[in-house]
Amino acid sequence: MDTLPLSSLAPGAKAVVADIRVPVEHRGRLLEMGLLVGTTVELVRFAPLGDPIEIRIRGYNLSLRKHEAEQVMVRQGR
Amino acid sequence: MSAPPPSVPRDTRFTVVLTGNPNCGKTTLFNALTGLRGRVGNYAGVTVERKEGAMLGADAAHPVDVLDLPGTYSLSPQSLDEQIARDVLFQRLADVPAPGLVVVVVDASNLQRNLYYATQVIELGHPTLLALNMVDVARENGHEIDFDDLSAALGVPVIPLIACDGEGVEELKAAVNRMASERVSQKATKPELAHAVAGPLAQSPTGPPARWPSDARVEPRSFQELPEAFGREASAIRGQLAGMFPHRDRLASAEALLILSDDKVLAAHPEQYPPALRQAVAASRTRLEASGVDWRSAAIEARYARVSAIAQHVTVESLVEGENFSDRVDRVLTHRVWGLLVFVGIMLSMFVSIFVFAQLPMDALDVGVGWLADRVGSALGAGDLQDLLVNGVIKGVGAVVVFLPQICLLFLFISLLEDTGYMARAAFLMDRLMSRVGLHGKSFIPMLSSFACAIPGIMATRTIESPKDRLVTILIAPLMSCSARLPVYTVLIAACVGGGALRRGMVLTAMYLLGIVGALGMAWIFKRTLLKGEPPPLILELPPYKRPGVKTVLRHMWDRSKLFLRRAGTVILGINVLLWFLVTYPKVPPVAGGAPQAASGPVSQKAGEDAAKAVASGPLAGSPLRSDETPGQVDALENERSGDQLRHSFAGRLGHIIEPAIRPLGFDWKIGIGIVASFAAREVFVSTMSVVYNVGEVDAGDRVATAGLAETLRGEKREDGTRVYTALTGITLMVFYVFAMQCVSTIAIVRRETNSWKWPLFQFVYMTALAWGLAFVTYQGGKLLGF
Repeated sequence: MDTLPLSSLAPGAKAVVADIRVPVEHRGRLLEMGLLVGTTVELVRFAPLGDPIEIRIRGYNLSLRKHEAEQVMVRQGR
Repeated sequence: MSAPPPSVPRDTRFTVVLTGNPNCGKTTLFNALTGLRGRVGNYAGVTVERKEGAMLGADAAHPVDVLDLPGTYSLSPQSLDEQIARDVLFQRLADVPAPGLVVVVVDASNLQRNLYYATQVIELGHPTLLALNMVDVARENGHEIDFDDLSAALGVPVIPLIACDGEGVEELKAAVNRMASERVSQKATKPELAHAVAGPLAQSPTGPPARWPSDARVEPRSFQELPEAFGREASAIRGQLAGMFPHRDRLASAEALLILSDDKVLAAHPEQYPPALRQAVAASRTRLEASGVDWRSAAIEARYARVSAIAQHVTVESLVEGENFSDRVDRVLTHRVWGLLVFVGIMLSMFVSIFVFAQLPMDALDVGVGWLADRVGSALGAGDLQDLLVNGVIKGVGAVVVFLPQICLLFLFISLLEDTGYMARAAFLMDRLMSRVGLHGKSFIPMLSSFACAIPGIMATRTIESPKDRLVTILIAPLMSCSARLPVYTVLIAACVGGGALRRGMVLTAMYLLGIVGALGMAWIFKRTLLKGEPPPLILELPPYKRPGVKTVLRHMWDRSKLFLRRAGTVILGINVLLWFLVTYPKVPPVAGGAPQAASGPVSQKAGEDAAKAVASGPLAGSPLRSDETPGQVDALENERSGDQLRHSFAGRLGHIIEPAIRPLGFDWKIGIGIVASFAAREVFVSTMSVVYNVGEVDAGDRVATAGLAETLRGEKREDGTRVYTALTGITLMVFYVFAMQCVSTIAIVRRETNSWKWPLFQFVYMTALAWGLAFVTYQGGKLLGF
């Protein structure tokens, strides 16, 4: 199935992380916060000025910039 | 092996270390454990807050100290805060005692991510206890957690808590006391360790390491099934570490895992590890890469796999996951339109209420200062001592202390915003704007705090991960108009601008805006020149909203306000005494009947003008009017004499020396004295001006201290009869104060934060140059435009 960037999900949509292409030097903390390949992620909303975005993983809310969210590939539906 | 440490009194103290993720309610628990007796200090060499206090309800035989570590997501630190937490747990700080017990605070409503850190800590092998906080929130969200199952899965005792209501706190204290007493009694008899609480764990095969008391050893557990190759490399490194650092061999497994999977640890602290180890780690990573194992993520993935299995095993979901309270609030507070409106509204009402609600207590304080000055003044006879105490100490420091209510209010708001969880939303909303100048939403919070004072603002930068971004934020934070500028603005606006409340308010707002624009502009420049670099990604948790804890908020407010008071009692007091000396000496030879010191008589507007003329009329030579007094001129004469005295004094000479440098800005030598004096602390400008212009006696009875001063300033005339404090001069002076770095405390804190004199000096130079340049442009531009 095709993957798409996390940032292109619609608010409220859920998907599963398929690949994390964030550069290695910034990847560690993202992983430690629980955003791993296989994690279910929901895009909650975009910030009022369009960036960053708010996502929900493992039962809590996290905010990322679009720039990084574009590098997190997700797979939707099943 | 080694004998137990000699029995010193400190040894009977039992240290409990609190650690956990940010927003897990750790601070609330700390306050519940220590009451209001906690102290806030700093770790040696850095300004990371070190919060500790004696536990209430500890047995007298074994007192318990509680140390609250900064909130941490992981033992692979990304910020200074996290690094300190890691170093305490790894026993790397000489001035922090070995933990007798580690209490990991876990947010029950966010179990997986909290357990990620909790299991890292449990693996360190300290006697550990898990405080499962906010079980009420978890229940509301439909998560029923089986505490016994959790305890069995983790191998440590679990105590459920609702820290903000105090539920479970007594049970936690009882467990701590039990451990402390076992530890103390075991110390006497020296048997094996306190397994009672730590659970049935295997004993360490090795002897007691030198730095660890024999009864503090618990065999580390592991919460991950690592890929085989990774496990093999990790245990090889573990062996090396244990050989190199025998005193911390118990931590070796955890440390091996961290240095193998985090490439920053070795790079950041090359001095802590021998080259042989670094080579071994590099070789391990190469082998892992060759066999297709991602050494950066393997340990994290393995741990999350284990942790989510535990979380699922111990939790019964009673509700389908739906919209909770925070989601509903966020619908409004992060809404495209409403969110921004509410944000602007909150910021506005914060500043408005700081002015409105602080007025009454400020007036009261002012009356109190005047009363005290009168009392001391009449108790002591006239003379230098009286003058020093009344004008130098009481009124000088009083002029600054009067602003305490505003500072308290500002900190109250900031603490409230932090404790409710709104601060993270503010960063979320503002990140886009901050990213325009190359910074993070996270830099917004230090900047906001800097409205109160650059010192807490600069201290708040320690949550920023990137050193460069942190430095940029430190460099620009003092450009935000802090509360010390407020008295300066207030006096100058009253003296020079005049007009109705609206006009004054607009000028004041303009000064604040100027500071913000300046700060963002300089950030933009720094990020493009000196401190180039991509900002690290924003990874910001948006914690659930919660009811703010009254105790937590008030404590926070008071801890920070104390800093301001301490400053008034030390730096500002010192400057005022020095200033008094500089203004009073050397004395003009006394004349019959006249009191030569400053602040000797009431100043009428007319007299002030005359004095100014006299002052402006000649060089440092004595007053031409000294010998021919007539009764009607006594007042004026006295003031001429004090003007004469001022010109004659060290301060006056200093003012004259720098006058050429500030004349292009339209300032005279008296303003020069104020500027020089306030290079140590801005608010000193106000007290300096009142010493320089002798208004001490006038405003003693006034309701507002600054009214008398403003009145006097307005009456000041130049040699040619024009006003000194025209609107243009006032605004130029304010522009100067917006940008100038005039605060020794800030310089000191920047020195400590950046660990070098380079950055505070750079900051001082760039801000002073900016202040002079922009003041020059304002004054000369204003003159060209005909103001």
